Amino acid sequence: MIRGHGLAKRYGDRRVFSGIDVELADDGFLLVTGPNGSGKTTLLRMLAGLAAPTTGELELPPRASIGYLAHDPLVYRELTPIENLNLFARLYRIPERGERVGMLLERFGLWEARHQRVSSFSRGMQQRLGLCRVLLHSPPLLLLDEPFNALDAEGAGLLDALLREGSRACVVATHEPGRVAHLATARLAFA
Amino acid sequence: MTYLRDVGALARKDLLLELRAKETLPAMLLFVVAMLTIFHFALPSGSSDAATLGLLWSALVLTALLGLTRAFVAEREQGMFDALVLAPCDRSAIWLGKSLSVLAFLVCAEAVALPAFALFFSGVDARTVAAVALADLGICTVGTLFGAMAVAGRARELLLPLLFLPAAIPIVVGGVGGYLWFLALYDVLFAVLAWATFEYVVAET
Repeated sequence: MIRGHGLAKRYGDRRVFSGIDVELADDGFLLVTGPNGSGKTTLLRMLAGLAAPTTGELELPPRASIGYLAHDPLVYRELTPIENLNLFARLYRIPERGERVGMLLERFGLWEARHQRVSSFSRGMQQRLGLCRVLLHSPPLLLLDEPFNALDAEGAGLLDALLREGSRACVVATHEPGRVAHLATARLAFA
Repeated sequence: MTYLRDVGALARKDLLLELRAKETLPAMLLFVVAMLTIFHFALPSGSSDAATLGLLWSALVLTALLGLTRAFVAEREQGMFDALVLAPCDRSAIWLGKSLSVLAFLVCAEAVALPAFALFFSGVDARTVAAVALADLGICTVGTLFGAMAVAGRARELLLPLLFLPAAIPIVVGGVGGYLWFLALYDVLFAVLAWATFEYVVAET
């Protein structure tokens, strides 16, 4: 799914990381750990194709195969969940959009709030909607940056269940590895 | 057709955001009316039509700049560029959708500005209206490209005016002179340039 060798990233004179090798099978689970500012987010952006490595070789799947959850949920706050998901379903060419959007909103407990603006949501509800957006096109590769952030026990349980499905490749970056450590097939620790 | 549907969905999203937030269009309307009012009192009576027409074009270009500075606010503040760029649609659809929404705001501002100009100064002839319509296309295509470049830069508040205003000089020249063919040529050239280069503008290195 992903193959990277000798990856390094610099911003001007500042070195974010260097000499990183990444290999992920179609059903692999890579756990990326490290303190804040150690380069976890930069690596995930690189694996999403949003940031190019300064040096190194990186093979990635096509954009349509990637579901990327960033620190922010990446949804428009002045739109409703339905409007957000319909927009991305359109851009991802999802057939039977209404059904898929409805199913995800039900699954993540947002159906009742489907016509409310996202700006009125708690951070946890926004995170749930971000997960809906990520899963909308059933991507075979999930890149999740601190996915448990702001989720309550129920939301974290839903995410746990999703990650345990094991039918796709996952890269999870977190500074609290305890929740998903048992799922990891590979680890990458930033200092 | 799929490309056009993507463009339509993206433009509709921007119009909906503006309908909800009501930030850009009211500011543009207030700005252009205030500019024309200031010019009305600043310009000596008996000034030539050419001079007043020059002020109209200055007001329109600066109003467009105001709209362009707001064009990518949601994408910048909510990190939405990443989500849009990751979608498997043609990335130029993002540029075209945004250009269309900026065009809609600019046309609305001009629907107020041109009658206000006629009230304060002199009537607006059909040639001027045609020139404004052609100029709008150029302003939106090139301005949206520069707006996206500015979002990625650090000094974005400085970058957009520095890029856009020099590029708008030919528009003012063509508009004041009433050179419709020149404005049409500008539109075609910059539309093709912006369409072809937007992919590279949003791709991070």
